[in-house]
Amino acid sequence: MTELVVTGIGVVAPTGVGVEAHWSSLVRGEPAIRPIVGFDPAQYGVSLAGQVTGFVPTDHVDPRLMVQTDRWTWMSLAAATLAAQDAGYSAPEDAYATSVFLAAGSGGNEFSQHEIQGLWAKGPKSVGAYQSIAWFYAASTGQISIRDGYKGPSGVVVSEGAGGLDSIGWARRVVRRGTPAVLVGGTEAGVTPYALLCQATSGRLSTATAPEDAYKPFDRRASGHVVGEGGAILLVEEPGAARARGVERVWGEVAGHGATHDAHHHADAAPDARQYARAIQLSLADAGITPEEVDLVLADGAGVPELDALELEALQRVFGGRADPVPVTAPSSWTGRLMAGGSALNVATGLLAMRDGIVPGTAYLDDPVDAPGLDLVQHSRAQQVETVVVLARGFGGFNSSLVLRRPAEERTS
Amino acid sequence: MSTTGRTTGRRVVITGIGVVAPGSMGREGFWEMITAGRTATRRITFFDPGRFRSQVAAEVDFDGRRQGLTAHEVFRNDRFVQMAMVAADEAVADSGLALGSGALEGPDPDRVGVVLGSAVGATMRLENEYVAVSDAGTHWLVDPQYASQFLHHALVPSCGATELAVRFGAHGPATVVSTGCTSGIDAVGYGSQLIEDGDADVVLAGASDAPISPISMACFDTIRATTGNNDDPAHAARPFDARRDGFVMGEGSAVLVLEELEHARRRGADVYCEVSGYANRCNAHHMTGLRPDGVEMAEAIRLALDQGRIDADEVGYVNAHGSGTKQNDRHETAAVKLSLGPTAQRVSMSSIKSMIGHSLGAIGSIEIAATALAVQRGVVPPTANYAVPDPECDLDYVPNTAREQKVDVALSVGSGFGGFQSAIVLAHPTRRTP
Repeated sequence: MTELVVTGIGVVAPTGVGVEAHWSSLVRGEPAIRPIVGFDPAQYGVSLAGQVTGFVPTDHVDPRLMVQTDRWTWMSLAAATLAAQDAGYSAPEDAYATSVFLAAGSGGNEFSQHEIQGLWAKGPKSVGAYQSIAWFYAASTGQISIRDGYKGPSGVVVSEGAGGLDSIGWARRVVRRGTPAVLVGGTEAGVTPYALLCQATSGRLSTATAPEDAYKPFDRRASGHVVGEGGAILLVEEPGAARARGVERVWGEVAGHGATHDAHHHADAAPDARQYARAIQLSLADAGITPEEVDLVLADGAGVPELDALELEALQRVFGGRADPVPVTAPSSWTGRLMAGGSALNVATGLLAMRDGIVPGTAYLDDPVDAPGLDLVQHSRAQQVETVVVLARGFGGFNSSLVLRRPAEERTS
Repeated sequence: MSTTGRTTGRRVVITGIGVVAPGSMGREGFWEMITAGRTATRRITFFDPGRFRSQVAAEVDFDGRRQGLTAHEVFRNDRFVQMAMVAADEAVADSGLALGSGALEGPDPDRVGVVLGSAVGATMRLENEYVAVSDAGTHWLVDPQYASQFLHHALVPSCGATELAVRFGAHGPATVVSTGCTSGIDAVGYGSQLIEDGDADVVLAGASDAPISPISMACFDTIRATTGNNDDPAHAARPFDARRDGFVMGEGSAVLVLEELEHARRRGADVYCEVSGYANRCNAHHMTGLRPDGVEMAEAIRLALDQGRIDADEVGYVNAHGSGTKQNDRHETAAVKLSLGPTAQRVSMSSIKSMIGHSLGAIGSIEIAATALAVQRGVVPPTANYAVPDPECDLDYVPNTAREQKVDVALSVGSGFGGFQSAIVLAHPTRRTP
């Protein structure tokens, strides 16, 4: 029984604002990783990022609300509106019928850095009234709920890069317990001096200065990744409720989810990929499908050689027995890794691939590593896509896997 | 719209409790303290609070090394993670479950989950490190040569869930929940849902926060949410009293071992209580403001009781949010009247924040721990510092002295910034289920 369908997508990402802008950028193969603007990052050893340059906050957010919130929340507010518009969704009479259940990562970085700076340079009275509500991880969820009048059970989960997928997993529990519509996903805005420094201490960021050298998942010359900002918010609904309100277009079904933790080390991934593979297997079992039925895998694509190798090992454990290699692509390579926003954006990308029968390639994948039994997608290609597996990992050992399917009545196979 | 709860027949019980709270040591120290009505609020010692409006807090005299953490664990982790690790150690030991490296006869590690709540994560470490890398706020372009190598851990609070998963070899679903001041209730609620839905048999669920740092004190100063009663720190937190003037900042952690009922029965585990229902609602009104009518909290309470198929008149104890702000205590009193009807007039209702302060996200789990102990032991902790009744807060707040009372069903409720309202229902193991 299908529990959830995706009916609306809102994208605010380095690839563009709006779902179609994002998709055409990916399909045309336009990398959105560029030299950092807004501050000079020279001393952090990192010079590139995926920034959302085309986003004009005042087009999306009331100026009175803007002063109370961080850029991270501006992007969430904008993406939530875009998702609702895309779904043709307006707040129903029952205010409890809509939930906001987002992933968060690093909170309101720029706002908070500014306030802490003032506190230490000038004293406590320089801290403004909005620090208490702008910085904390629930700010975006709370502001969307208040602006749009959604009173259903709201939530915020943090599992670093896996959060976007996990928020969808949690939304299923919300729907099972009687709330028919949930906004899920998330955004991130950590391309700011202090947050970038913090992220750089992971040791996983590429120091390359040319985009073509910086973030190359599954390439022999992979040397780390690039961070980015933005993400996606999606509206998911209980299928009967979506039909009852006369929804015109269903992007796809959320058919299965699985989440595990390596529980190996506070930073390093487990050396055997067993738990990562198990997350994928759990999601397939949850969806009631076999590995043979998967048309496309959107990989986590860490761009760190050891992590890439572990991801391929996990995929081989699950899909290695297939007669035809499963296509694997890593769309984060075009935007950088958006932490909580990234895996939500990949869900949007998976649904777009399904709609148009186009698989985007992996940016700068010039010289792929050996991956027997897997088909690493270098360039975008036309291909029928009915079932997609989206993968995400979070720093410290979080593994998450989501299965998306074309709605059963529209499926050709 | 249907508002039912349970999706399966799987039931959830609490089989282990660990607490790190101000003014005491461990679960039993905490229980002794709150049932004695002793307060742990004092003038802030972590930094000089002289320039702050609110100079009072409930601090934990916590030393991770003395609580059994390794030097590496202390070095890489913020205080909120360290306190969660210590609370989790106590909870797991209390449960009798064999978890962790080398455990041969424990639960299937793939079926053990972790849900840790935290409102503000590693804010203390982020601020301390910022002071270094910005040279006390003089450089916007912060200097990496003064940075700790563990700042990514501090930036994203999911590190707390990771540390617990690694510590106990828990390979099931793991996450941090960060819904502000309802995080601690929501974490236990979500943990219960993992078990109900069949995705885990055992979940370490709890919350931790360590917000007694200059930036946190400053931001609550500016909105006057915290007390200005600096002259009498030991009596600064006065929930439901007419003289209340804001909450007292606290810190701490509680972690519970949640277990599927049959799993607990098979191994003959001691059960504190059952988690019978949980619900969360938003007021969609204001990030910090509460309407006096309490409608959304009442809705959360009603739903949580519905899930457990519990009638309002079975509730014997309400562990209140009782933060001690003017608006919260009025709001909450209205919500309890609205949801429990005539029962509100005879229910015992108390706020342990009067003694241990308000530790933001952590307090929800600490209060669930207190509620579970109250159900198990038949003693209701009091509201300390209660002297002057407020006509708008006219329920039985168990003033100043603990009360012996058999409690079959108890509620613990919370409100948080963002407009979140959460309620959880705990029932005595011998309560007859309909």
